Amino acid sequence: MEQLQQIQEQALAQFALIGDETELEQVKAKYLGKDGSLTALLKGLGKLSNEERPAAGARINVVKQAIEMALSQRREALAQVKLDARLAAESLDVTLPGRGNGCGGLHPVTRTLARIEHLFHSLGFAVSVGPEIEHDFYNFTALNIPENHPARAMHDTFYIDPEHVLRTHTSPVQVRYMENNQPPLKIISPGRVYRVDSDATHSPMFHQVEGLWVDEHVSFANLKGVVQDFLQRFFEQDDLQVRFRPSFFPFTEPSAEMDMSWRGGWLEIGGCGMVHPNVLKHVNIDSEKYLGFAFGLGVERLAMLRYGVNDLRQFYESDLRFLKQFN
Amino acid sequence: MKFSENWLRSWVNPDLSSEALGHVLTMAGLEVEDLAPVAPAFNNVVVAEVLSVEKHPDADRLNICQVSVGEAESLTIVCGAANVAVGIKVPCARIGAVLPGDFKIKQAKVRGVSSSGMLCSAVELGLATESDGLWLLPEGAPAGLPLREYLELDDKLFTLKLTPNRSDCSGIKGIAREVAALTGSHYDPIKIIEQQADFSSQLAVVVEDKVACPLYCGRQVFGVNAAVATPVWMQRRLERSGQRPVNVVVDITNYVMMELGQPMHAFDAANLSGSITVRRARKDEALTLLGGQVVELNEDVLVIADDDKLLALAGIMGGMDSGVETTTRDVFLEAAFFHPDAIAGRARRFGLATDASFRFERGVDFAATRAALERATQLLLAICGGKAGEITEVAASLPLRSPITVRVSRVARVLGIVLECNQIAELFTRLQFEFVMSGEVFSVTPPSFRFDLSIESDLIEEIARIHGYDVIPALAPRAALTMLPDSELQRPLARVQQLMVTRDYQEIVSYAFVEEQLERELCANLNPVVLQNPIVSNMAVMRSSLLVGLVSALRFNLNRKQPRVRLFEIGACFSKHADKYLQTQRFSGIAYGSISPEQWGLVAKPVDFYDVKADLQALFEPRILRFVAAVHPALHPGRSAQVMLADKTIGWLGELHPQWQQQYNMAQSTVWFEVEVDALTQSTVPRMSEIAKFLPVRRDLAVLVDESVSAQVLIDAMLETSVVQEVVLFDVYRGAGVTPGKKSLAFRISLQDTHKMLTDAEIEPGISLLIEVLKKQGAQLRM
Repeated sequence: MEQLQQIQEQALAQFALIGDETELEQVKAKYLGKDGSLTALLKGLGKLSNEERPAAGARINVVKQAIEMALSQRREALAQVKLDARLAAESLDVTLPGRGNGCGGLHPVTRTLARIEHLFHSLGFAVSVGPEIEHDFYNFTALNIPENHPARAMHDTFYIDPEHVLRTHTSPVQVRYMENNQPPLKIISPGRVYRVDSDATHSPMFHQVEGLWVDEHVSFANLKGVVQDFLQRFFEQDDLQVRFRPSFFPFTEPSAEMDMSWRGGWLEIGGCGMVHPNVLKHVNIDSEKYLGFAFGLGVERLAMLRYGVNDLRQFYESDLRFLKQFN
Repeated sequence: MKFSENWLRSWVNPDLSSEALGHVLTMAGLEVEDLAPVAPAFNNVVVAEVLSVEKHPDADRLNICQVSVGEAESLTIVCGAANVAVGIKVPCARIGAVLPGDFKIKQAKVRGVSSSGMLCSAVELGLATESDGLWLLPEGAPAGLPLREYLELDDKLFTLKLTPNRSDCSGIKGIAREVAALTGSHYDPIKIIEQQADFSSQLAVVVEDKVACPLYCGRQVFGVNAAVATPVWMQRRLERSGQRPVNVVVDITNYVMMELGQPMHAFDAANLSGSITVRRARKDEALTLLGGQVVELNEDVLVIADDDKLLALAGIMGGMDSGVETTTRDVFLEAAFFHPDAIAGRARRFGLATDASFRFERGVDFAATRAALERATQLLLAICGGKAGEITEVAASLPLRSPITVRVSRVARVLGIVLECNQIAELFTRLQFEFVMSGEVFSVTPPSFRFDLSIESDLIEEIARIHGYDVIPALAPRAALTMLPDSELQRPLARVQQLMVTRDYQEIVSYAFVEEQLERELCANLNPVVLQNPIVSNMAVMRSSLLVGLVSALRFNLNRKQPRVRLFEIGACFSKHADKYLQTQRFSGIAYGSISPEQWGLVAKPVDFYDVKADLQALFEPRILRFVAAVHPALHPGRSAQVMLADKTIGWLGELHPQWQQQYNMAQSTVWFEVEVDALTQSTVPRMSEIAKFLPVRRDLAVLVDESVSAQVLIDAMLETSVVQEVVLFDVYRGAGVTPGKKSLAFRISLQDTHKMLTDAEIEPGISLLIEVLKKQGAQLRM
């Protein structure tokens, strides 16, 4: 009895002092191993009488269980210490920058065009595109601008040969589209256009979006509605004022220049009008049955206003310090 | 079109401020580009006469002047100007005057002498940017008269941006007529009287081309004094219209043009021989113009000639030899109507843009041509004296003004607002249009001064314009709702762009015109599409590839110390084949510098061919690109490939040739690719296929091959074997253990049968077959 008590106390005391897992297992063997003291006691049970044996066995087992429990607790404690040490050793400086690849960005004109297309798409406008080297016929004649018309001088045209120009507007796309599709028609035609002009607000190459809606019941009032709606949505400004004033384009009649309110004044933002009956006639659309309106917007102008760019030429310099600001 | 507000207000004077008048014009389509006072604000400045000049006792450069300002007492003024002299008339700022820059004139002592004002230069009054002393006024200037009144400085300058359809507003008369229509103000045209002829001789005029010149009026005026000064009032109006003073006779013709919109010309009659002929020029005829420029003519140019020589380019500019000089005594005045078609585009062809051609090519009021000649005669006789002859008038059929039908219902349909018949009638009346109303239909005859009214729409615009564009409401359209088609066979370009962005490329947009030399050197383009009129010589040809723009953008950024540049661009590229222009949208990228941004924990590795190849392959996923070694003038001959998609060449990939890298100061290699956008955006609708129920078996094979054998050949050969599902090249090795001239390639091969699990008995023959296949390609198994 006393011996058992002693073994238990000794084992528990010893376990508590051990700080190493291997040592713990070695010490465990001293009690529970093949030659352990408790194992020896268990082996000694055989020498006892049948009457004494169960009680003695039970006493030894109580001690054995106590030792095993102490052992397992100690094992867990040691494992925890080890884990804690590992976790402490593995901790990171979470403020170090993440590794891997960076991210590029889209050109501000692309960004603006995407926004424009998205807004018009929501009204059901499809996108149509056309060639940049354009036949004189589509760029001018089909748009009611005959040769020698003073309006041709307004366009400052780049010529490739006597019959081909770099398109001065994306309006020829409308003609091409109307040649191949029947009303009702509702398209926008975004794209690059070219004019012989270069300063802070003019670039020899720039982008336009033209819109066209041909249907039985579209009016000048609707043209105003669509353009105003677009500008208010584009600038996310419900009270943006849009002003229409008479102007002249050979391919629209009536024609208007669109201004929007900006910093207390008015800013020219594009041209528009009701499609000229001669233009419809060129593409065999009955101008008695159908009416159409068209508008043209300068994409760079919109981008400049929206993003605070003050020199148009910056869009084409490809300076990463400029471009990265729009990512 | 630039003019003086006071001049306009002498014709029509609405009760509106200058700004309000400007707004009315702008909102009627006559855009006011600029509205500026003739002189800055100043007051208490009068005309003064210098009576005496004495040296200041204590200052060498100052004078003490006695100055008369029209009052009994003269003023004592100390003046430092070098050109002060007795008898001159100069502006004098009196005590209490405030000059531009808020400069106040006070009683002051200058070096001990009391000074009661300041004699002024034009700079001090804000009317010039430089001057060399006091502003000397004409001798006749009345002392004491406020300078603003004397010089009519309380006036404003309007600059209109006239659209090509509104030539009727290229004279004060037309603008006044328009203002009257817009404001309802009374319009007071000047009275033009018919000048009785003092003598009956007429210069014969022959008009050969009566279509081009349906009306020609001419008149001789003899014995004029062309040496007199142009009256100050006329000079002032001309100057405020942006007209340079020439001589009195030319000034008068210019004045009539600015006033009535009718261009005129005056010939020196002494230099004319025989009769006047209006005709087409003959091929190879030439004329020296007033400015000295010699123009070569042909049959579609209209000229004025006499019996011996050409006198003028009709409707554009006079010739040098027949112009009026100050010594001219006898004048032949011309006022004609040249048809817009006969003038349009001709001036531009000679690099000219004259006031006359501007008006004639847009249209001049033919009903007022003769009156303009009378007006010029009247002014000429009054200012220069002389005697006028009979007018020679040659008239043919003038442009028809056919009535145009305007339906009230159509007005409502086009504008989206309902206007009553009487409203429309009132608008037409204000515009001075003649019309007949019959029920809901108007028949309108356009006036002779309008060249932009030929169909119903034109008149609907006039109705809207005068009614007011801003009165028309902005209404949302009503239409049937239908969805737009959306093909899955087309991948949106935006998605491809986004892929490029996530792979760390920045989009750029560069000019489509590039330098011819770069096109030739980098793209071997010997036959580029050339611009006839480039804006500068280094933007003279259209790009055939996006390469030049990307290389330029790369160099731009390297020059700005960017260590790592990855760019892409989408745009049209141009070429000429036979007489057709090809315009292909291309997608191109360029990469320079480290493969990843500078950072800790990653070794900086410069980008190479395979890095960019991976980017390009990713753009096309899941479709498989193939690469075939090929030579491109811009690229390293051993590191360039044509890009193929389904047996079609769609572009290029390669490293920039070391020669160009050196020339462009690129320290590291530059890798570029370009593919056709059409190939990139093609897509297919996915169809699901059965997922294999059994896991694949993987085996590794390493082979030795000659350097010249491409990996693709081996992969293709293995993939043709039936059970091979996938081949991954996982190692390429050269060095110890591998003979020079050879390389070791290691493949991981996945074998699979969709219907059953492969057994060893099936796998081994498969592998043996693969080894055979590889051996046929010259590969040697490495163990």
